[in-house]
Amino acid sequence: MDLTHLKLRRTVGACLLATLAGLSAGAQAQGVAYVSSEKDNTLTIVDLKTQAVVGTVATCKRPRHIRLLPDGKQLMTACGDSGVADVIDLATRQSVKKVPMGEDPEAFDLSPDGKTLYVSSEEDGALTIIDIASGKRSQVEVGKEPEGVKVSPDGKQVFVTSEVASLVHVIDTATQKVIKNIKVGKRPRRFGLTPDGAQLWVTNELGASVSIIDTRKLEVVATIKFEVKGARASDITPVGIEMSADGKRAYVALGRANHVAFVDVAERKVTDLVLAGKRAWGLGLNKAQDRLYVVNGLSDDLTIVDVPAAKAIKTVPVGRVPYGVLVVE
Amino acid sequence: MRVLSPSIRLAALAMLCGAGLAQAAAFKAVLIAPDDDPRLDRNRLERAYLGHTGGPAADAVRVALKEAGMELDAAGASVSFEVVNVAATPEAARAAAEKAEKGGATFVLTDLPPAQTLAVADAVKLPVINVGEASDALREKDCRARLFHTLPSDRMRADALAQTLVAQKWSAVLLLTGPSAIDAQRSAVAQAAIKRYGLKLVGSKPFKLSGDPRERDLANPALLTQGSYDAVWVVDSDGEFARGLPYRTVLPRPVVGDAGLTAVAWHPQYERYGAPQVSRRFTRDAKRPMGGHEWSAWMAGKAVAAAVVEAPKGPAAAVHQAFAALELDGSKGVTMGFRPWDGQMRQTMLMTDGQGVVATAPPDGILHPKNKLDTLGGDAPEKLCKARG
Repeated sequence: MDLTHLKLRRTVGACLLATLAGLSAGAQAQGVAYVSSEKDNTLTIVDLKTQAVVGTVATCKRPRHIRLLPDGKQLMTACGDSGVADVIDLATRQSVKKVPMGEDPEAFDLSPDGKTLYVSSEEDGALTIIDIASGKRSQVEVGKEPEGVKVSPDGKQVFVTSEVASLVHVIDTATQKVIKNIKVGKRPRRFGLTPDGAQLWVTNELGASVSIIDTRKLEVVATIKFEVKGARASDITPVGIEMSADGKRAYVALGRANHVAFVDVAERKVTDLVLAGKRAWGLGLNKAQDRLYVVNGLSDDLTIVDVPAAKAIKTVPVGRVPYGVLVVE
Repeated sequence: MRVLSPSIRLAALAMLCGAGLAQAAAFKAVLIAPDDDPRLDRNRLERAYLGHTGGPAADAVRVALKEAGMELDAAGASVSFEVVNVAATPEAARAAAEKAEKGGATFVLTDLPPAQTLAVADAVKLPVINVGEASDALREKDCRARLFHTLPSDRMRADALAQTLVAQKWSAVLLLTGPSAIDAQRSAVAQAAIKRYGLKLVGSKPFKLSGDPRERDLANPALLTQGSYDAVWVVDSDGEFARGLPYRTVLPRPVVGDAGLTAVAWHPQYERYGAPQVSRRFTRDAKRPMGGHEWSAWMAGKAVAAAVVEAPKGPAAAVHQAFAALELDGSKGVTMGFRPWDGQMRQTMLMTDGQGVVATAPPDGILHPKNKLDTLGGDAPEKLCKARG
C-alpha cells in the first residue's frame, strides 16, 4: 500500500510538471481514469490519487466505448459520429492513428492476438470485422442496434448483443457466420466474462436483470433479477458490467436506479448496493480492485466507490454525456 | 443452426414436417386505412403541424416488421403484412375487417376515424390495434375488449401538458378553443386535466380563423389574449390558427397545446435511449422524419412481432394472449405495455416545441402508487371502460 502511495505521488508530481511543460513527459500516463464524453468529443482525465480532473484529450466525434490496446501503451475509443476509432498514445495523450470502423460504431473487442477488431455497427445492424494491418473490413448481419461485443478467450467465437432483437448472437470467427442466437432478457447491452471464460454475463437494460450464459452449452443457465429498495422495477436499467480480476464478483451498474450492484458470482446473489449518480452505466476497476469508477450518464460525472467499504467516496464532474471509463495504472 | 431467410425457413420446415407446421409458423397482420385520406393531402403534409401524421402508417409498420426479421427468424416464425384502403364508411371498414379475418389475419391494425375503428373492432374476433386515432371515447365509453391503442390518447397528451405546467409552476392558464366538434371534445379533456393537476383556468374563449373585421374579437391573437395568465393553452385540431399564436400574445407568455409546447409520442430529435437510431432507420426507409404517428404505427408492428416471438408456434390464441401481456421496448427508456383496463399502451410523452425535445412527461415529482406512466390517461380505479370490466 505504501509503495503504491509513493508511486502515485510521484506520478502526480510528474503530471503537474508535464502539464506545465506542455504535456510532453511520458511518466504521466500512470494512475488515471479516462472517461469518454459523447457530447464533448473528448476523454476527461481523472487522476486516481487526487480524484480530480487533470486534463482532457481531444478525440474523434462522439467517443463511446474505450479500452486499452494489448501493448498497454495506447488506448482505443470508438467514435459513433466519425465512423473511426481513435488510437491515443498514453504518453503524449495525442491521437496517433485513426482506424476506419464503418458507420456508427458503438462497442468493440479485439482478437487475443490484437490483429482483428470486432465492432458493433449500430447503423448497419451488423458486426464489422476489421483486419487492423490491412484495414480490410467484412460484416456479419445481426439484429438491430447491436451493442456489446466480446471475443472468447481462445478467439474462436465472438458474442454480440442486439438491443432490439433481445438476442445474443454467437459468431464463429473462422467462418464469420452466426452459429447460434441465444434469447436473453429485454434490451441486452453489455458483457462480462468470467476469467475462466466459462460464464458470459449479459446485462438486460429493460429486463432489470443479468442473463448468465454457459459458454460451452451456449445457453442461458441463470438470470439474476435486481431489486433496489425505493426504486420500481422499471427504473432498474442495468447496462455497464465489470468482473473482478479473480472472477469472484461482478459489478453491475443499474442505470436509472442510480446504484451499482455487487454480485457474488458463485452464489449469483447481490451482496451490496452502492448509490452512485444519475443513470449509472460505464464501470472500471483499478488494479488493486479496491476502487470502482462509475460513469453517470445523466449527471455528467464519475463516482468513485471504495469497494471494501461498499461506499461512494467522491463524485467528480467530467464531460457532457459521459459513456465509458478506462483505468490505466 | 444457420440463419435463413423466412421463405427458405418455411420451405425447409414444410419439407421436414409437412405443410401444417409451416402454416403454424406464419402469421399475418392487416392494416385497414382510409382511401383518399384527407390527413395525407399534400398541403396538410406540407404544413407538418405538430402532433399530426406525416404520411401513411403502413410505412412505419413495414419498417418495424423488417427490423424484427432476425428475431422472428430465430424464433422460427414469420409475419406477413397487407394494407387495405377503404372508403369512409363503417360498412366498408367492417367488410375489410371480415375479409381480413377470413383471409387468416392474426392481427388487424387500423388507422381510421372512431366510427370506422369501432366497426372493425365489432366485426372480428381478433385483436384490433388502433395506431392513429386519439379519441378518448375509444378508450372509455366506446372501448372494446379486444381494441388496443398505440397512439397516445388526447387525454394522455393533455395530462402530459398539465404535468409540465405544474412542474414549471405556470399555474394560471388561458384556454383558447377552436370551432370544430373535435376541438370542443378536446377542450373538455384539457379542462379536466387542468382541474386534475390543480392548475387555475383564468379564462376560456373560443377562437375562429377569420379575416373579417367584424369577427376580430374571435380571430385576433392580441384581443384574445388580454388579461393575466402564465400560459395560453390552445386547442386547435386543424393547426393553422395555433401556429400563428406564439409570440403574438399580449403578455410575453408561452403558448402550449397544439402549438408552442406540444406533447407527442415521438420526435425525431429525441436523443436518449437509442432514439436517434430508431429515427434514422425509419427515415432511411420511409424518406420522412419519424413523428408521433409514425412511432405509434412502428410500435404496433413491433408489438405484433414481439407477440409472435413469445408464441412462435401458435396457436393464434397464444399469440393474442402474449400480445395483451407484452413488455415492450420503444426506445423511450422505459418498459411499455397495454393497460388491461383500456387497451392503451402506456408510455412516456415527449414535450416538444417542434425543434427538439424540451422535456419528458411524467416529470420528476409526479407520483403514482404503481406505475408513474399511469398518471397519463385514464387510470384503473376510474373504471371508464366497462367492456374491459
